Amino acid sequence: MNIIEITNLHKIYNESEVNVHAVNNVSLNFKEGEFAAIVGPSGSGKSTLLNMLGGLDEPTDGKILIDNTDLSELKSSDLIQFRMQNIGFVFQSYNLIPVLTAKENVEFIMHLQNRPKKECEKRTMELLDAVGLKGRENSRPSKLSGGQQQRVAVARALASKPKFVLADEPTANLDSKSTENLLEIMEDLNKKENITFIFSTHDQRVVNKAHRVITLEDGKIISDERKKGTGSDS
Amino acid sequence: MNTNIKLAWRNLWRNRRRTLITVASIFFGVMLSAYMTSMQEGSYTKMVDIVVKFYSGYMQVHHEDYWENKSINNSFEYNQELADELLANKDVEFVFPRLESFGLASSKELTKGAMIFGIDPLGENQLTKIADKVRSGKYLEAEDEGVLMGAGLAKYLQLGVNDTLVIISQGYHGVSAAEKFPVRGIIKHVSPELNKTIVYMSLAKCQEFFSAENRLTSLVINVADNDVMKRAFHDLKKKMKAPYSIMSWEEMQPEVVQQIESDRAGGIIMKAILYIVIAFGILGTIMMMIMERRREFGVMVAIGMRKGKLASVIFFETLFIGLLGILSGLLVSYPLLLLQSANPIPLTGQAAQLMEEFGFEPYMFFSTAWQVFSQQAISVSVITLIIAIYPVISIFRFKVIKALKA
Ligand SMILES: Nc1ncnc2c1ncn2[C@@H]1O[C@H](COP(=O)(O)OP(=O)(O)OP(=O)(O)O)[C@@H](O)[C@H]1O
Ligand SMILES: [Mg+2]
Repeated sequence: MNIIEITNLHKIYNESEVNVHAVNNVSLNFKEGEFAAIVGPSGSGKSTLLNMLGGLDEPTDGKILIDNTDLSELKSSDLIQFRMQNIGFVFQSYNLIPVLTAKENVEFIMHLQNRPKKECEKRTMELLDAVGLKGRENSRPSKLSGGQQQRVAVARALASKPKFVLADEPTANLDSKSTENLLEIMEDLNKKENITFIFSTHDQRVVNKAHRVITLEDGKIISDERKKGTGSDS
Repeated sequence: MNTNIKLAWRNLWRNRRRTLITVASIFFGVMLSAYMTSMQEGSYTKMVDIVVKFYSGYMQVHHEDYWENKSINNSFEYNQELADELLANKDVEFVFPRLESFGLASSKELTKGAMIFGIDPLGENQLTKIADKVRSGKYLEAEDEGVLMGAGLAKYLQLGVNDTLVIISQGYHGVSAAEKFPVRGIIKHVSPELNKTIVYMSLAKCQEFFSAENRLTSLVINVADNDVMKRAFHDLKKKMKAPYSIMSWEEMQPEVVQQIESDRAGGIIMKAILYIVIAFGILGTIMMMIMERRREFGVMVAIGMRKGKLASVIFFETLFIGLLGILSGLLVSYPLLLLQSANPIPLTGQAAQLMEEFGFEPYMFFSTAWQVFSQQAISVSVITLIIAIYPVISIFRFKVIKALKA
């Protein structure tokens, strides 16, 4: 079953006289358990697409269904609620709340969901363990490396038990070792817990790990390849 | 709620220096403003004290027509029940009678208009301390047959102690009154006006002279201070029935009240300017903070924090800054002003001399009334609450996507 259905999506920015067609007639489906990369040159519309998919930006035209919910039909306050319950986010940088420790950052979203305290703590520890940060739970972001911060961000994105995780260039600010490490963790979570990841990247090594690669150019999909022998495209 | 407060508190210390500078600006504002208010209120309290002790007392009971037409015909008969009723109020310290009228005072060749006060020498002295102002001779005794006269009047009439003063007047209901009195003492009244016109005699003598047996023009009521007066006055006024009426010193001397009010208004303008400057300081800090954290706010709303919740965090941050400023300001200014009010600042030079001549003690007095402090606390709270609206509005207005790109 598709958890995401995108049909004829458009985004046009009206920059003074020039209209920028950032996303041009994109139709895409994602199934549960996918590990998909969106690639393309700078300015091809990757971020724009991901932002609309995450309900952060409004399409000019077209439709996005997430688990049969039409995002355009949600009021802005419901949309925030919807994001919290259904979508995990990992941003390129400055993801974490600087005054909260790693553990509190992960718990934060569960507190927003009003989950019982016990459950919050348990899941937080499991997640921090899964991203290899056991022992660093009480460090604030400023005391963590960029790679460690991104791993906390992944843990946080998963804390709310979302239907899928969106990551816009999660490794752009990381060195190659941290990049590899983060990818391994994401892949591991994808394999073991069947978590859906959709991420954009410029990094060929990240692309190589993906099970599906969607290539954009000038806002249009120019290719959508699934690699053999991987997860959910069976 | 709990998390919001925790977040707000921690955010406060992210830019420690900026927070401290903002708090310090409120701190100094509160200090300065409290000091100024304390000094003003202290001087008013002293002023009221002097005005009251000078003559009027805190309250007076008259015949209801007396204040409009201060004639001896509007006097009333002394009655113990009335005095008892007044004394029954627990705030009332003591009550004493007066009979006031006018007459012509003469020596052998000279004559001058005079104010004639029939007093209870003991009670009168309790309030106005006039016995201390006797320059020659002695103070009156309870049923004294003689008089005490102002130094100015004595000088004009060329009279001294043990000389004879003649007073001619009209008594109760037009009975004529004329009598000779031995001068017991000369007093130097602090009011130049009274000094030139005043004649004191014992109440009994005065009543006899004016053929106003057992009659009074006023019953002077004394209480501890002005705050107590307000309470007692409120109570007593309800109990007072015709033909009596009770007046507070404020009603009897509205010009003094007006003078205090206009001085206070001047102070309020200065404090308002001070607080406006501080308000812009706080606003600047908050605006800067919001700008710097736009992206962070964007991330928080993106991952699912409702804007209302985010706004309440920032609201608390603003509030904390205000509260820290108020608290630190009051914590320091309270003991400081306690100390200052226990040790009023002595004044020197011409101003001091002038004050002494008018019966003021030449000191700068300080008040530690709770209003001195609550006024600052309320002002800063109101300012902070108003400023706290700004981040709330800007959070509800911002677009997540724009904030994320910031
Ligand atoms: N807020 C905006 N206003 C106007 N034009 C915009 C805006 N955001 C993006 N664009 C334009 O839309 C197009 C797509 O931008 P987008 O950020 O999605 O590209 P991208 O593929 O993520 O690029 P990069 O790899 O550099 O991150 C670009 O031409 C960009 O200039
Ligand atoms: Mg991008």
